[in-house]
Amino acid sequence: MQVVEEKLDDLAADGAETLDVVVRFAGDSGDGMQLTGTNFTQATALYGNDLSTFPDFPAEIRAPVGATFGVSAFQIYFGAEDVTTSGDDVDVLVAMNPAALITNLSKLVKGGLIIVDSGAFTQKNLTKANYASNPLEDDSLDGYRVLSIDIHKQVLAAVEPFGLSHKDALRCKNMWTLGLVMWLFDRDRTATRESLNKKFATKPQVAEANIAALNAGHAYGETAELPAGVHIYKVPKAKVAPGTYRNITGTQSLAYGLLAGSELAEIDLLFASYPITPASNLLHELSSKKGHRVKTFQAEDEIAAVCSAMGASFAGSLGVTSSAGPGIALKAEGISLAVAAELPLVVVNTQRGGPSTGLPTKTEQSDFNMAVFGRHGDTPIPVIAASTATDCFDVAIEAVRLAIKYMTPVMILTDGYLANASEPWKIPNFNSFKPFKVQYYNNPVEFRPSIRDKDTKARVWARPGTPGMEHRIGGIEKSFETGDISYDPANHQKMTELRKEKVANISLDVPLQEVCYGEREGKLAVLGWGSTYGAIHQAVKKAVAEGMKVSHIHVRYLAPMPRNLGELLSKFETVLVPEMNTGQFIKMIRSEFLIDAQGLNKIAGQPFKIQEILTAITEEHKR
Amino acid sequence: MNQALPTLTLKDFASDQEVRWCPGCGDYAILKTIQRVMPELNRPKENQVFVSGIGCSSRFPYYMNTFGFHTIHGRAPAIATGVKLANPELDVWVITGDGDGFSIGGNHMMHAIRRNVNLQILLFNNEIYGLTKGQYSPTSQVGTQSPSSPTGSIDAPLSPCLVGLGSGGTFIARSIDTEAKHLSAIVKRGSEHNGTAFVEILQNCPIYNDGVFTQVKDKKLAPDFRVEVSHGESITFGQNNEKGIKLNRESLALEVVPTAGNEGEILIHDERNKVQAQLIAEMKGPNFPIAVGVLYREEKSSFVADVYEKLSNEDQERASLQALLESGQTWQVK
Repeated sequence: MQVVEEKLDDLAADGAETLDVVVRFAGDSGDGMQLTGTNFTQATALYGNDLSTFPDFPAEIRAPVGATFGVSAFQIYFGAEDVTTSGDDVDVLVAMNPAALITNLSKLVKGGLIIVDSGAFTQKNLTKANYASNPLEDDSLDGYRVLSIDIHKQVLAAVEPFGLSHKDALRCKNMWTLGLVMWLFDRDRTATRESLNKKFATKPQVAEANIAALNAGHAYGETAELPAGVHIYKVPKAKVAPGTYRNITGTQSLAYGLLAGSELAEIDLLFASYPITPASNLLHELSSKKGHRVKTFQAEDEIAAVCSAMGASFAGSLGVTSSAGPGIALKAEGISLAVAAELPLVVVNTQRGGPSTGLPTKTEQSDFNMAVFGRHGDTPIPVIAASTATDCFDVAIEAVRLAIKYMTPVMILTDGYLANASEPWKIPNFNSFKPFKVQYYNNPVEFRPSIRDKDTKARVWARPGTPGMEHRIGGIEKSFETGDISYDPANHQKMTELRKEKVANISLDVPLQEVCYGEREGKLAVLGWGSTYGAIHQAVKKAVAEGMKVSHIHVRYLAPMPRNLGELLSKFETVLVPEMNTGQFIKMIRSEFLIDAQGLNKIAGQPFKIQEILTAITEEHKR
Repeated sequence: MNQALPTLTLKDFASDQEVRWCPGCGDYAILKTIQRVMPELNRPKENQVFVSGIGCSSRFPYYMNTFGFHTIHGRAPAIATGVKLANPELDVWVITGDGDGFSIGGNHMMHAIRRNVNLQILLFNNEIYGLTKGQYSPTSQVGTQSPSSPTGSIDAPLSPCLVGLGSGGTFIARSIDTEAKHLSAIVKRGSEHNGTAFVEILQNCPIYNDGVFTQVKDKKLAPDFRVEVSHGESITFGQNNEKGIKLNRESLALEVVPTAGNEGEILIHDERNKVQAQLIAEMKGPNFPIAVGVLYREEKSSFVADVYEKLSNEDQERASLQALLESGQTWQVK
């Protein structure tokens, strides 16, 4: 979120205030940590902090209770200044059991606060987490502030009047914990109460028990005697541009962007997809939006998904398909057909850790090469990448625009982090968006499917159902003149060059590359793409504040690249390219612009930390 | 659709492209039959869409003066599903072969059939890969000698109609490339069917698998090796209809019996009886004749109709995008 004024002059001198905080909720995958985090996020947004969240869940749906591999976590970073990442180090760790503590402790800053449910630190759970002795009883947590509460006992007492079973009663412990954390940060509980009433509308007893647990946790903070150093955090509100705001995840934002694109183009969408982590949520999101210009189709496999989308495009709708790396690989032949047949198609790739099944729930940017090069033949397509959860909205609209205008498949790159991360969004006025109404061809006089727009080189789109437009298209090379099958050598050369030129010329139709932070020239440019935006932004900001001559350039248009990018990069002595892969975009930069760019590569399934990038900037700057 | 349509002829459905199948290929006969049937269907020409995969048969759309999409190997049913979902007014035809439809594209075929999408699928079964020069296919008889099986193929063939029935097909039929009258009638009935109409067409490849259907196609041999089934009529065959098909009620297997002396025992074809359809679809030489005709038919709403019915229920009023953007918990910053 863009903060209007980044200096907080009115920041009170009161030492109890904290500019920003990272809170991490961790527990069993059945403990409801994602729900807890979501509710805390909502309360934090309503409070007026800027924020960014990152759900970090295991691939196992329900791992055995207490297992380290079943720990599910939700991290939120919030504060008074612009927040663009989910935070480097955790200030407050909520650990619902020993497994959650042992797997997350290394993320906590020294002196950080740990809230644990001592009721879950049984011998059985300690053994499952591989603890030789109980960390609450030995000296292993001495470097931290520990708030150890028997939440089991507390919650059972709080919900006792509602007559729930022992198991159901214990399920309320996440709300008890949330109540306590809300007290700690002075958050309002109204929205959580409302959402609990809504969630359990058919089970009012369960809703009431959860609300009672929430209130009890809050009351515990107010009344209990807490250890020294545990007090309410005061996080000043962020100064943000006026407007109406909401929280939005990258997946929602992308879904809304596709719908917005369909309205602007006045075209129906067929969204065809096959379930795959972490892309499935986009299918879920659009499946519930049937009042809009979208039909969803859960195909029998990835190939059928891309093919049915392409069939819809042939029929005059816009086909959209979505997947993650392994599924995109399966779609490659279909995408190539859409290139050959010159049909519009939008392909969303929510990247995850690879190769093969890799790390399905973790994030990575390792599909750049596949997106740009991963097809047989000379098969160029435009590739654009979203940089933040809210940027997914604009990127989706742009993909729809380019696909229709240039009669080409367009690939959108997001990743597991962007898809699940949420941030506040200043809701735009949709009337302010420029429409780009689709034009179908319907003039039967000397009609050929090979008629092209003289500027864009795009082939005409003649829909079945239109009299006089009957024609055949397909994967065999077509005559430039007639659109009929042609094996003529010169024609193939001409058509291959035409397809290349058509896509390359899109660079004339997209904005010039801007510098998003810092000067337009200097010692070092940090060049990023995709979800590394937040971490690079913060790192560059810090480096500039420390006096370094550093700028941040973030590329949305990966193929074709903005026409001034090479010139812009040449104004810097060094270019540093952080990527969550072994160096894919950097090869493009080096080969296209003959620049000795330096890579910074993290392939850990986790986003960059600000500090990691800042360290690299500092080192490069010293050279 | 009651408006008067222009009177069209076979020529209106022939494109200007030179047909390039091998001389004597069964595909020529099928093409002519389909071009002749089209005007009789009395549907707008601009609403006819032919989608094909890869293989000899998949060149078919180029020769039809309709909308056509020659796609990739095995994927025609998936692409056709997208076409039909985008515009249910269109009549969508899938042209495929035994390799395209039941080997590389077997998965899509199964799902297009079980979803009952409302497509007309014409499977040209020549029991061989033609375009790649003669390898055995998933419908080739065991022992088929080919470049990739010089000592004879080992794997058991599948029966397209049985797969269709097993996938929950609602219109399963079989015909023959050169039997124009029979094929026309079957295709017409298929086009009237609400749902996916699956028609297996036995087709001769004169180059790589010549004569594989001689027994069912040859005028002299056919009476003994082929039975035309027709709803409500007894299943008899032979030069003088002297043979009939009977169900052995103990073994639940079919038997060939003389018609004489077995009156009342000969099976009556009931295209709504799925169990019987499976038994009839499975019949093959040398002990049984091959059945042609509509083997099975069932009334069931089509996938596309169901999708649109759901949409129209939920889509009484076009939802506002602005309202969607502002949905959920919002807050004001002043």
